[in-house]
Amino acid sequence: MYEFSYHKSASVDGAVEAMNKAEDGKFVAGGQTMLPTMKHRLAAPSDIIDLGGIAELVGITVEGDSINIGAMTTHAAVAASGDVQTMIPMLAKLAGNIGDPAVRNRGTIGGSIANNDPAADYPAAVLALGATVKTNKREIAGDDFFTGMFETALADDELITSVSFPKPTAAAYMKFENPASRYAIVGVCVAKTDDGIRVAVTGATPCVHRGKQLEEALKGEFSSAACVGVDVPEDQMNADIHASAEYRAHLVKVMTKRAVDACT
Amino acid sequence: MPAVAMNVNGNAVSGEVEPRTLLVQFLRESLRLTGTHVGCDTSQCGACVVHVNGKSVKSCTMLAVMADGCDVTTIEGLATDGSMHPMQQAFMDNHGLQCGFCTPGMVMTALDIVNRNGNDLNEATVRKELEGNICRCTGYHNIVKSVKAGAKAMGE
Ligand SMILES: Cc1cc2nc3c(=O)[nH]c(=O)nc-3n(C[C@H](O)[C@H](O)[C@H](O)COP(=O)(O)OP(=O)(O)OC[C@H]3O[C@@H](n4cnc5c(N)ncnc54)[C@H](O)[C@@H]3O)c2cc1C
Ligand code: FES
Ligand code: FES
Repeated sequence: MYEFSYHKSASVDGAVEAMNKAEDGKFVAGGQTMLPTMKHRLAAPSDIIDLGGIAELVGITVEGDSINIGAMTTHAAVAASGDVQTMIPMLAKLAGNIGDPAVRNRGTIGGSIANNDPAADYPAAVLALGATVKTNKREIAGDDFFTGMFETALADDELITSVSFPKPTAAAYMKFENPASRYAIVGVCVAKTDDGIRVAVTGATPCVHRGKQLEEALKGEFSSAACVGVDVPEDQMNADIHASAEYRAHLVKVMTKRAVDACT
Repeated sequence: MPAVAMNVNGNAVSGEVEPRTLLVQFLRESLRLTGTHVGCDTSQCGACVVHVNGKSVKSCTMLAVMADGCDVTTIEGLATDGSMHPMQQAFMDNHGLQCGFCTPGMVMTALDIVNRNGNDLNEATVRKELEGNICRCTGYHNIVKSVKAGAKAMGE
């Protein structure tokens, strides 16, 4: 890991100020992606601004029909939250299947979403549930947040403060996981929401996306059988040592069917 | 260099570290607590698991400065008056280790499992909870047995 200066602030404003002063600064949350990336020298920020001391970014609150989760809330805390388990059980289960217990004790929802790893789990839930990402500057609709591989709508000095998930009528997330890392080879989140049926696919392509054709098919008839005839184009799929494009395209349908079955 | 102060195994410790110093480096190289191992240094193997404020973390994936002001427990903090912690004893009694390299991390993870799941553990829970700890020797079978036995002994 290259050298860097370290800053820790007790407030959002303080963290943003430190970021604006830094030459090439990076926020760090749980560090479960940031530190491995820096060890590999794939990132070499001049300054690290630790969000770990900002109490207002931690916690889960029910706001009417939505659950608001502070950016620095760990995966373990989301998995163990009674409110999340009651209102959106899919989300508690998703968080409880990220990585392993030690990763879940440090990794945060804000870090996962800001990082937008093509194989991460939370982005699928943000898209499928139509969540809103709240930052120090604005509110960003889930549909507008993930812009490309490891890319998001966030500006350099913009930090996620919380994510608000509206309660769905029903939702399920099915992940075909890499047995070593538990990252999604393909993960599909299906939700029945006020906004209709939404399907989000992670792991399959360079960036999480809505499965619009699957959504159309499910609007006609909400059953796993309705997915059978849908064409999932192979040419947009990721291909690597873990799975070929053809296999991933196949998995998208299989995981969608399983998620639909789990919703009904 | 930034100063850090933390409570390690009940002792107040402090030191100056480079910001990039990992918690595991601070424990092993500054405090000479070499029971915590580095197996992979890529956040995969769990040989470096310690407890920070009562929760298991991979100490190769946390900066020492991030643990400033925290309570840290390492494998060295478990034995009392020269006798092993029931979880350590269970690993010994059940042949839960061969070379022993993964064992400190396994034991620290096992204690976190007991903290969250109680003393009566089933095999499926233990195997799922050990997903972040890799052992090259045992094939896990006796580790699972050890964790279950240790959990039970801790409740007695
Ligand atoms: C062994 C292992 C297994 C894993 N398995 C999975 C898995 O199965 N599924 C999965 O989804 N993930 C997995 N992960 C990733 C894990 O979930 C990370 O915790 C997560 O991706 C990043 O969260 P973090 O809090 O650690 O963020 P950090 O690593 O601290 O930061 C990640 C990025 O987000 C930025 N950032 C952090 N917080 C904010 C904020 N509030 N506002 C703006 N930017 C911010 C940082 O600047 C950085 O660029 C795994 C990680 C490991 C080490
Ligand atoms: S050394 Fe930390 S996880 Fe392997
Ligand atoms: S006993 Fe050798 S690595 Fe586990």
